[in-house]
Amino acid sequence: MLVQEKNSLTEEIEKYVEELGKDRSALLEILHLLQKKHRCIPDFAQQEVARLLDIHPVEVFSVITFYSFLNAEPKGRNIVRVCQTISCDMKGKDNLCNAIEREIGIKFGETSKDNKFTLEYTNCLGLCDQGPAMAVNDRVYTSLTPEKAVEILNGVK
Amino acid sequence: MQNRKNRKGAVLFTDYNRGRSIKKALSMSREEVLFEIKESKLKGRGGAGFPTSTKWMLTAAAKSDVKYVICNADEGEPGTFKDRVLLSEYPDLVFDGMVIAGYVIGAKEGIVYLRGEYEYMLDSLNEYLEVIRKENLLGKNILGKDKSKEGFDFDIRIHLGNGAYVCGEETALIESLEGHRGEARNRPPFPVNSGFKGKPTTVNNVETLAAVTKIIENSGKWYQEHGTDKSTGSKLFSVSGDCEKPGVYELPWGTKISELLKIVSAKNTKAVQVGGASGICLDKSQFNRTLGYEDMPTGGSIIVFNESRNMLKVLKNFMEFFVEESCGQCTPCRIGNVKLLEGVKMIERNEFTFNYINKLKELGATMQVASKCGLGQSSPNSFISILENFKDEILNTGLNSTSFGNGGNNGK
Amino acid sequence: MENKENRAPISQKPHMVEKPAHPEHIGGSITVEINEKKITVPMGTTILEACRENQIHIPTLCHHEDLCIAGVCRLCVVEVEGMRTLQASCAYPITSPMKIKTSTPMVRKARRHILDLMLSEHYGECYSCVRNNNCELQKLANEYGVDSYTFGHVKESQHQIDDSSYSVVRDMDKCILCKRCVRTCIDLQEVGVLEAINRGDKTTISTFMEKPLADVICINCGQCINRCPTGALHEKDDSDDIWNVIDDPTKHVVIQTAPSPRAAIGEEFGLPAGHSMTGQMNTALKRIGFDAVFDTNFTADLTIIEEGTELILRLYKALVEKDNSVSLPQFTSCSPGWVKYIEHFYPEYLPNMSSAKSPQQMFGALIKTFYADKIGVDPKDVVSVAVMPCSAKKFECNRPEMDDSGFKDVDYGLTTRELAKMIKEAGIHLPEMPKSHFDSPFGDASGAGLIFGATGGVMEAAIRSVVEFVTGAKAEDIFEKANVLPVRGFEGVKIVELPIGDKVGPVPELIKHLVPNWDWLKGATLKVAVAHGTANAKKVMENIIAGGELASCHFIEFMACPGGCIGGGGQPIPTTPEIRKKRAEAIYAEDESLELRKSHDNPFVVQIYKEFLTDGPCGHKSHELLHTHYTKRGKYIA
Repeated sequence: MLVQEKNSLTEEIEKYVEELGKDRSALLEILHLLQKKHRCIPDFAQQEVARLLDIHPVEVFSVITFYSFLNAEPKGRNIVRVCQTISCDMKGKDNLCNAIEREIGIKFGETSKDNKFTLEYTNCLGLCDQGPAMAVNDRVYTSLTPEKAVEILNGVK
Repeated sequence: MQNRKNRKGAVLFTDYNRGRSIKKALSMSREEVLFEIKESKLKGRGGAGFPTSTKWMLTAAAKSDVKYVICNADEGEPGTFKDRVLLSEYPDLVFDGMVIAGYVIGAKEGIVYLRGEYEYMLDSLNEYLEVIRKENLLGKNILGKDKSKEGFDFDIRIHLGNGAYVCGEETALIESLEGHRGEARNRPPFPVNSGFKGKPTTVNNVETLAAVTKIIENSGKWYQEHGTDKSTGSKLFSVSGDCEKPGVYELPWGTKISELLKIVSAKNTKAVQVGGASGICLDKSQFNRTLGYEDMPTGGSIIVFNESRNMLKVLKNFMEFFVEESCGQCTPCRIGNVKLLEGVKMIERNEFTFNYINKLKELGATMQVASKCGLGQSSPNSFISILENFKDEILNTGLNSTSFGNGGNNGK
Repeated sequence: MENKENRAPISQKPHMVEKPAHPEHIGGSITVEINEKKITVPMGTTILEACRENQIHIPTLCHHEDLCIAGVCRLCVVEVEGMRTLQASCAYPITSPMKIKTSTPMVRKARRHILDLMLSEHYGECYSCVRNNNCELQKLANEYGVDSYTFGHVKESQHQIDDSSYSVVRDMDKCILCKRCVRTCIDLQEVGVLEAINRGDKTTISTFMEKPLADVICINCGQCINRCPTGALHEKDDSDDIWNVIDDPTKHVVIQTAPSPRAAIGEEFGLPAGHSMTGQMNTALKRIGFDAVFDTNFTADLTIIEEGTELILRLYKALVEKDNSVSLPQFTSCSPGWVKYIEHFYPEYLPNMSSAKSPQQMFGALIKTFYADKIGVDPKDVVSVAVMPCSAKKFECNRPEMDDSGFKDVDYGLTTRELAKMIKEAGIHLPEMPKSHFDSPFGDASGAGLIFGATGGVMEAAIRSVVEFVTGAKAEDIFEKANVLPVRGFEGVKIVELPIGDKVGPVPELIKHLVPNWDWLKGATLKVAVAHGTANAKKVMENIIAGGELASCHFIEFMACPGGCIGGGGQPIPTTPEIRKKRAEAIYAEDESLELRKSHDNPFVVQIYKEFLTDGPCGHKSHELLHTHYTKRGKYIA
């Protein structure tokens, strides 16, 4: 990482800490903001967060790996999460996923070479009455058919 | 969020003018408010069914200058989405309930732990909070409670989860709020004595808080008139699966499963999972059972399966869920769920012995009593009930095909 | 000093309920029924504590006396009347009367299930495990009659062994996720290398970004090893290499033995803690085949002279020459865990570190120069082994700067545990050995060197010498039996003030060329402090940074391990506060039994300055061989 990038990351994290406080209870909110902006929480950022909150970097890493929506390694620009839980599963999640895999050319759990997509399964999105459901970043789509899902992904930048 | 759907219900899904119950509560003493809640016999709607008045009384009695109200909106139980509906369509009921809770227990801060999956609601909820802040339903000296004395200050912030089912467990939720892994705590001490940041904290489900608002509006006695003796009031049911009209239904406690199936137009129903993945699975012979604390307490998740469904696949889906969502700290839950899932896969491959399946059921019984928190204590429920109630289909036919059954509408 | 809040989650702190000052106060004690027997305990006692005090055995794996409560292994579950679920007895404080049953069918079944589950994921065979016969999981499997793998057994390795570190090896195939190592590293030591990562069945213990241990800020203290119930954490075993050199007739293999191993090694042979085995160990080492056995206490005595002289020089510069560049307080440098800790966490304070090497490394440098020369052996054929209570000593002897003799000063650092294994392998039952002395030319050392093993020991040894140097009086005249009690004991941080008074003596011959007289110390008060465990070291450092009381100290002893070296990461397992106390008592008793109890009285120390280090303490030769420099490592993990 370039020095300039590091400095701007530090500045950004310092700003968050100023807003949210130095207490450890601010940790997840800070990580959430970093995740949103950078689509991951790079190891340098983790150490800066740890330094500013006076905790150990491994604790930050430990927390990141616990939560599904936080990640230390970069993912694609668009994270596609298809709900794999029972009601969506019953409503044809498998067909949906097969179609997406065919169309994007990667398997679930993978990131496309151009970094455009990461495909993931997720547990219950709370849209069980409108399954199958899928989230693309923080937008959710419901009552999908394979065709509709592919169309949505084609429209994503 | 503004366009409230035309929902039908007797208690929650009714008209309400925001602030009305806050105003009423603030005109009463704390004890009087508590009395109404007690009179209503309201129990926690997240599923555990702990009496709300007792929880509040204990938090109110705990000595501390700082206390917290936490609204548990980490709705993650498979098949549950009632809190999504409440928060998006009835935020007035939920937030008013939080203010009332704050008033009763003596808290100044309320925190909504909103599951990360509901991030799309965050902006509108914050806007709503801003609106009621302007109306002085939040903030300093709410509604000018008492001009002579110090007024009642209370504010609410929303904390976004980051994708972890276990954070719906109240102590894991608190750990998460404190910036830790969502790992359940040892109890005692209970959150009512030592919760968020070690301060007395009441953690209530979204629906519980909404019910509080209605109870204060109409009185505990009025609430008691709904439902049954031991299960007062109404319950929101999140219905999904094989039915024509999935969605959230407000029904009085005491409704029979068969009645509910009629309401949602479920046909050829073979099984009903009550209480989500951590609940239990009923076969036809049990559809006359009653939803309520007397018989079938539940957080409200109802998943309907018709005749075409393969119950082993259903169970496999549940067990995969728990293997992933266990926090991983305690042995029975972390490894136990893996073993139960392995058992399901053995059956799938027709490589099981009855002897071993029985051992796994015994293991499930151990998990129910020895796991550290509710997750591990309830995760074997579906394993045990599905293998018991659908024994013939699963263990005696040897027909464990890999397909799910088409249910008529899986896009084929 | 502010007690920085324990990072452990609030509910998992050791005392979850405020215990009343006196159990006899109203409400101060509670009577409960355990297995139908009435037992009265102070309020807040955990069920586990109550049971243990009443001879009821409850199995535990995640519980450890040194650590905060976790309540995760669930082995200690018991039945409490009226409760639907079983309760973890280690985490349940008794605050009201209750009826407890500790051995019901449900409890026994649950415990057996939990063991079965652990064993199903525990890869490896007992007979090829370093913890064979001293494994808590193995022991419980035996106690609970595990005769088969009820829920299967993992067939192949799931994790790669991390042996990147010179000191600590991590074998996660054997981990049962009790998190003792996490609580040791984060809460007890506040180093923060190990934590649980991932969730659910993917949960494992790892480091920052899952990097190899050698690439993170591990200080090699090995406290995690001491508390690991299984073989998931162990030291990097050097014993095979040592057997090879012993068996090689062209090699002259010498071993130095630190004070703490002899106070603890008996435990490996079934003796209770607190038996000193100095003489027996000497005999055993000779029988194993070491060519010479030396006492590290000799260089501990030398350390006192060198580090003491360094302190006097710093004080002289600061007080008399008014040199502002002098860094005070001076910090001790014998503990390699502490050295790496300060290099990582407080590199800006490295100038405060004494430049004197640790006794192990001083000895190493002397063995391959002075000693090799004396016996007429080419130093390249001398193999220098050090038996230490310490895992960090392995890292220390591999530091690139430790080659002042022209060779690797110390070839191998051996832990007490590894040595015990070698002794057993040689067919020797240590307690049966006759006693023998250390070999010449270094001979037997002083009791001052011996007490280096316990927290406060370095300081006590230094005080015995400094007091005599400066005042000319006998240490015995100031401290009864020359026992400097204020620096002893297990309090986390101890501060002691030593007023010098108006009477000073003549400057001893040895350092006469360095300071003209002691007049400048008349009426002064020497302020010293002692800290053990890096969590306490951290407290001290933060206090110094904040300009607190400790900033005004002149000399501070730091030991990385709780209790000092007797509680070192290379010592026999288990370790508890009680065991460490016993080991310390053994050391202090041996010290008191010795004639020679002050470093400067050690005749060979006097002689080596005459014969070899002729330009005296902190002189040119001594700087070349006995002093070192440190590396600013910092906390950033690349």
